[in-house]
Amino acid sequence: MPAVQETIDQVRLIDVDQYKYGFETDVEMEKAPKGLSEDVIRFISAKKGEPEWMLEWRLGAYKRWLTLKEPNWARVSYDKIDYNDMYYYAGPKNFPSPKSLDEVDPEILKTYEKLGIPLREQEILAGVEPKNRVAVDAVFDSVSVATTFKAELAKAGVIFMPISEAIREYPDLVRQYLGTVVPVTDNFFATLNSAVFTDGSFVYIPPGVRCPMELSTYFRINEKNTGQFERTLIIADKGSYVSYLEGCTAPMRDENQLHAAVVELIALDDAEIKYSTVQNWYPGDSEGRGGIYNFVTKRGDCRGKNSIITWTQVETGSAITWKYPSCILRGDGSRGEFYSIAVSNGMQQVDSGTKMLHLGKNTTSRIISKGIAAGRSENTYRGLVSAHRKASNARNFTNCDSLLIGNQCGAHTVPYIESKNATAVFEHEATTSKISEDQLFYCQQRGLSAEEATALIVNGFVKDVLQHLPMEFAVEAQKLISISLEGSVG
Amino acid sequence: MLQIKNLVVQIEDNRILNGLNLTVNKGEVAAIMGPNGSGKSTLSYVIAGKADYEVLDGEILLDGQNILEMGPDERAAAGLFLAFQYPLEIPGVASMTFLKAAINAQRKARGEIELTTPDFIRRVNAAATKLEVPKDMLKRGLNVGFSGGEKKRMEILQMALLEPRFCILDETDSGLDIDALRIVSEGVNALRSPDRSFLVITHYQRLLNYIVPDSVHVMSAGRIVKSGGKELALELEANGYADYREIEAA
Repeated sequence: MPAVQETIDQVRLIDVDQYKYGFETDVEMEKAPKGLSEDVIRFISAKKGEPEWMLEWRLGAYKRWLTLKEPNWARVSYDKIDYNDMYYYAGPKNFPSPKSLDEVDPEILKTYEKLGIPLREQEILAGVEPKNRVAVDAVFDSVSVATTFKAELAKAGVIFMPISEAIREYPDLVRQYLGTVVPVTDNFFATLNSAVFTDGSFVYIPPGVRCPMELSTYFRINEKNTGQFERTLIIADKGSYVSYLEGCTAPMRDENQLHAAVVELIALDDAEIKYSTVQNWYPGDSEGRGGIYNFVTKRGDCRGKNSIITWTQVETGSAITWKYPSCILRGDGSRGEFYSIAVSNGMQQVDSGTKMLHLGKNTTSRIISKGIAAGRSENTYRGLVSAHRKASNARNFTNCDSLLIGNQCGAHTVPYIESKNATAVFEHEATTSKISEDQLFYCQQRGLSAEEATALIVNGFVKDVLQHLPMEFAVEAQKLISISLEGSVG
Repeated sequence: MLQIKNLVVQIEDNRILNGLNLTVNKGEVAAIMGPNGSGKSTLSYVIAGKADYEVLDGEILLDGQNILEMGPDERAAAGLFLAFQYPLEIPGVASMTFLKAAINAQRKARGEIELTTPDFIRRVNAAATKLEVPKDMLKRGLNVGFSGGEKKRMEILQMALLEPRFCILDETDSGLDIDALRIVSEGVNALRSPDRSFLVITHYQRLLNYIVPDSVHVMSAGRIVKSGGKELALELEANGYADYREIEAA
């Protein structure tokens, strides 16, 4: 495990400022008028050149949203959000149709360079094994600014493009699936997203195709007082396979910013989708000023028999995280998996978990959740496992472990289990532990510093989950976890 | 090598060490014996630098350098090793990973270059074979699910690989059956050298049949109350600690 050493080195390199993605990009932006109204929605729809049905869909969602109340059941607290005091669209001026990277604002290209996101295919190709290539869709505030390897993916029949483009180019496909997993009426934030979503990725893998490379979307919030409402839709047709990864960062600001995404996954017969997230939104400062509110609805539908959906998430950022990537196990023999590492430090609040809804026969699910709380943060796992009447032989295994660092943080586990079928077998294991002074002393006696010792113990704690991430991201994630916990040892 | 002068230590207002004096020379194996509660384990923790303990007076010199101001990791890099009476478990961290991190952390602290992986693996395999530590144990989480004997062997394995100048064995014989005791003792004896000193803390003379000390010190009520050669251990075995408790009472 050479990554351990890298983690340790990384921790050493980090100075007082732990969040290294906190810079701003100076680029001329065009925004929708402040606040939320039908006019703003029409503005967004027009900006995206959408067909009439899409606008109607948005307006319907908006009307519905006006009747909804913000949910308050999560174990998080924050000042009331003024939905009319933010911008719902911000895109680089003179966009949205650059034909090549040469037409993209060089400041934006520099931003991605700084973030370490490769946007030039030639550079990605140089000296890299083909199997490690990753196609990237880069979303900057409300607009996708570049998507790589589109042509090569198209050869395999794979559609990978910004969702705004897919709405124009593949309206029938989008219309067939959009909102079928997370309905417009699903919940307050999902409904808001349906009304005002701006960009995100669209993926379609045709029957029998194994996607030839990893797909990824990189979300960047840059503009002040702007919400980001991404919408991602992934369809894996019969017998296909895709692995997809999303990453997120934002500048450091004193105000909070809202990120309310909706992600829908659909796996047809015998298809498999692996969806990985490395979430590193700006978490706010040590006193809890600023940071992103990450209120996200992610759901996968194992619509076909023997289909598989796997969620893997490494959550280190955001002031508040409210997120439950879920699986609807509709197809007989389908399988849902959820692997999560949620790290909270400073004043961060995390309320995250999953839902595994067993509807079909012989469906199985597995949940491995590792929560790490440090500083004065609160870290809650909330999960639901349910078996429908017809879900005979449903199986679930859940393991929730929490690790506390210091004595001012909290870890909570809130599992809900509902079974309406007598043949269902659900197992739940949970542990809470603390990095003990004795463990630290033992490691220090062998020559490790307190920080190296903590990094090592934490790495051991999250190992079961990290191994489910694509290799190159696992190393990234491991570094990120250490950075997030920097300064947590007294 | 190690000089302890008038060491006074308390923990939460409980005075544990009361002006302890002890000198261990280069290459010497010194045994400390004493009844329960005499402060033996406290002494080992204070030398290694565990927090919790408040040093009120005195000094501990390692080759003339006062180590009381140093953190536990700095003391380790300076060549101090403590084999724990109850080694801690580190779940999910393979023993191999832990060993490599520890060796390289110490080398770095001393300004030496890190071991290459092949070199590291060669050294581990050699030491593991001697101590009869099976390979699969090295891949498991450190000390997780290990028996008492396995944990102690892992301690000695770490000691062998870290090559310390000064080793403290805190009741390493506790919980060992006769075979494990033999393996552990042979491991320790193999490490004896003119440049390396040992402080062997034990209740029982038994261990000293295997690890024959150069000097034996009796500890009672936080002080060394008697010092002698290896025959002192046999005398204690025969008569018990009763004589020394009287000293304490008086």
